Amino acid sequence: MKRRRGFLRVLSLSSVATASVLTAVVSSNAGASSGGLAKGAPVKIGISLSLSGDFSADGQAFQQGYELWANDINKAGGLLGHKVQLDIVSDASSPTQVVTNYQKLISVNHDNLTFGPFSSLLSLPAAKAAARYGYALIEGAGGAPSVFQVGLHNLFDVSLPVAGDLLPFAKWVTSLPKAQRPKTVAYVTSNDPFTEPQVTSIQGMLSKAGIKTVFNKVFPAEVTDYTSIADSVAAAKADVVVLGSVDVPTVSSFMQAFEQSGYNPKAMIATGGPDQGTTFLKAVGAKNADGVMVPNAWYGASANPLSKKMVAEYIKKYGGTAAGVSSDVVEAYSVGEVMAAAVKATGGFNNAAIIKYLHSNVTLMTAQGTVKFNNLGENVNPTAFTFQWQGTKFLQVNPIGDPNTVKILYPKPVWGK
Amino acid sequence: MNATALLSAAKDGILTGAVYALMASGLTLIFGVMDIINLAQGTFVVLAAYLSYALQVHWHIDLFVGLLITTPAMFIIGVVIERVFIARLKGPDRTGMSILVTYAVWLLIEGTLDLVFSSNDVQLQGWYVPKSFTIGAIHFGYIYVAGFLLAALLLGALYFMLYRTRFGVSVRASLADQTSAALVGIDVKRVSTITFGLGAAVTAAGGMIYGATNAFNASSSYDLISRLLTIIVLGGMGSLGGALLAGIVMVFIGDMVGVIWSPIWSTTAYFVVLVLVLLWRPQGLFGKVQARVA
Repeated sequence: MKRRRGFLRVLSLSSVATASVLTAVVSSNAGASSGGLAKGAPVKIGISLSLSGDFSADGQAFQQGYELWANDINKAGGLLGHKVQLDIVSDASSPTQVVTNYQKLISVNHDNLTFGPFSSLLSLPAAKAAARYGYALIEGAGGAPSVFQVGLHNLFDVSLPVAGDLLPFAKWVTSLPKAQRPKTVAYVTSNDPFTEPQVTSIQGMLSKAGIKTVFNKVFPAEVTDYTSIADSVAAAKADVVVLGSVDVPTVSSFMQAFEQSGYNPKAMIATGGPDQGTTFLKAVGAKNADGVMVPNAWYGASANPLSKKMVAEYIKKYGGTAAGVSSDVVEAYSVGEVMAAAVKATGGFNNAAIIKYLHSNVTLMTAQGTVKFNNLGENVNPTAFTFQWQGTKFLQVNPIGDPNTVKILYPKPVWGK
Repeated sequence: MNATALLSAAKDGILTGAVYALMASGLTLIFGVMDIINLAQGTFVVLAAYLSYALQVHWHIDLFVGLLITTPAMFIIGVVIERVFIARLKGPDRTGMSILVTYAVWLLIEGTLDLVFSSNDVQLQGWYVPKSFTIGAIHFGYIYVAGFLLAALLLGALYFMLYRTRFGVSVRASLADQTSAALVGIDVKRVSTITFGLGAAVTAAGGMIYGATNAFNASSSYDLISRLLTIIVLGGMGSLGGALLAGIVMVFIGDMVGVIWSPIWSTTAYFVVLVLVLLWRPQGLFGKVQARVA
């Protein structure tokens, strides 16, 4: 996943954002949520996505997920008989622009419902903007603790909260017999709300198991040259590398520097990047990907029937293979499924009713798995998996004991072999 | 932290900094000669990386051999952009307007690349990309060493062109004073067009090295341009030597701070140095006051 941001882009968009905010404020017709629609009228869903800028790869994958869901629901007759019409605007990966966008989508475009943008960085300001109008904001990529700490009542994240992402990996490491258990670990993470909580969450557990921390540093999210940081990690020669990464470029840069340094950790897990299917594989090369792990709540070969259906439709529309489907797609698709269930259950498009329903401890099924929200909007019912590239296959290797889990490739093969 | 880590960081700073200097050299030349702030320089680098990618994927042309095609291609692209967009800018607001126009060019190129190549990250491959050799305890990646040598060669060639050729005299005359240069018979328009082409051409090598050492997509230019602009501000607008020194200083300071202290302060440390230098020399390390006033 990608969450870097460009300073210049933010600067350049600020004037446009200011103008748009003024437009939104001037507009007296604040979009009150409507529970009923005229017969034959479409239901409009407002979405801000990063279609350009640093998050564009993820933003466009999210767009695919939302559009797949909209096609499916429309084929089935729409939401309560109303065709779904997605009103997608680009925020260019800017937290400023995303606020302007939701204000416009709700108060100017009078969209009936809203879906979330990509990333924790944008989901929080988006949810705050939607909250001012009483709109529910259901999102699939805003699981950082900082998003929920604000206590917004209208925010719902259908995905796995990020703080729990690495726990199955840590449990596996600590469960290894002492002779096989790694002795040292290196933590290196970007200062991103998505990555830092994940990396921090397992340090105590590994330390208690006697695994010594030999490197622990945070780097800024906007770094473009990782060689020096990666060289420092390589020099520490840890048995395990836990990389708090948000995108493919970060992971590939670290892997390349490790290979150039002749450093082969026994295990390597990255919080984001390896989950990007064939994009990751092409960037790093299949032989280098072998053994690299990533936490996530879903993968293309999931046995979940809803997932199978979505993957089949994705391949039909965009081509490729199940392993090549980005997890962003299913995160977005699941947002649609949760909204559809809420609309059906409440019998309308009233946002207050939808919020109340989603806070009612109801358990919903999505392509990504089960969803149940606590009072902060976190999904308390997800399954945390660890996936590993083994050859060109992206396989579930955790949780141990699950029928779909295969044996972890450990130690990781030497780079390029 | 140990001596090896410090030496390794210093090596990274010098090797990578030279490549940034090469990317920034086009920016500084264009500003020096034309008073144009080319915000599209970062996207030129990404465009060049995609050209190398296309040659490699579709025609299996090696990255370095591909430079024989991408360098003239980028020159032509630069010339066309100058003729179509930049040459039309006239009057006292030309420099300010150039920011808007080149931003539009940037968005145009980014959008086109996104359409053609999709938003998925790609990386240039070659057998030498992951390879390295070792001196003492320091590992030298082939691609970084090649990038440094390429940058040194091309910056040297640019320097030679500027100071040892007739065209270089025209460029330097235009750089010093466009009106006077025109009065002594220099075709400033032609010089400007060729300079813009050269500024784009140097991104071919820079883009290839960038694409081999980083996965990239059409939006990767956002982070690049902010770095390139700060390099030419520190080095001095219009100065090739300044760009080289500033490129190395920028990465070197960042890397050393990252090793000694924390990577989180790397960028801040560089900007502190930048501000201090500008307080001392507002025109940058090697910039001429006249060039900034022009």
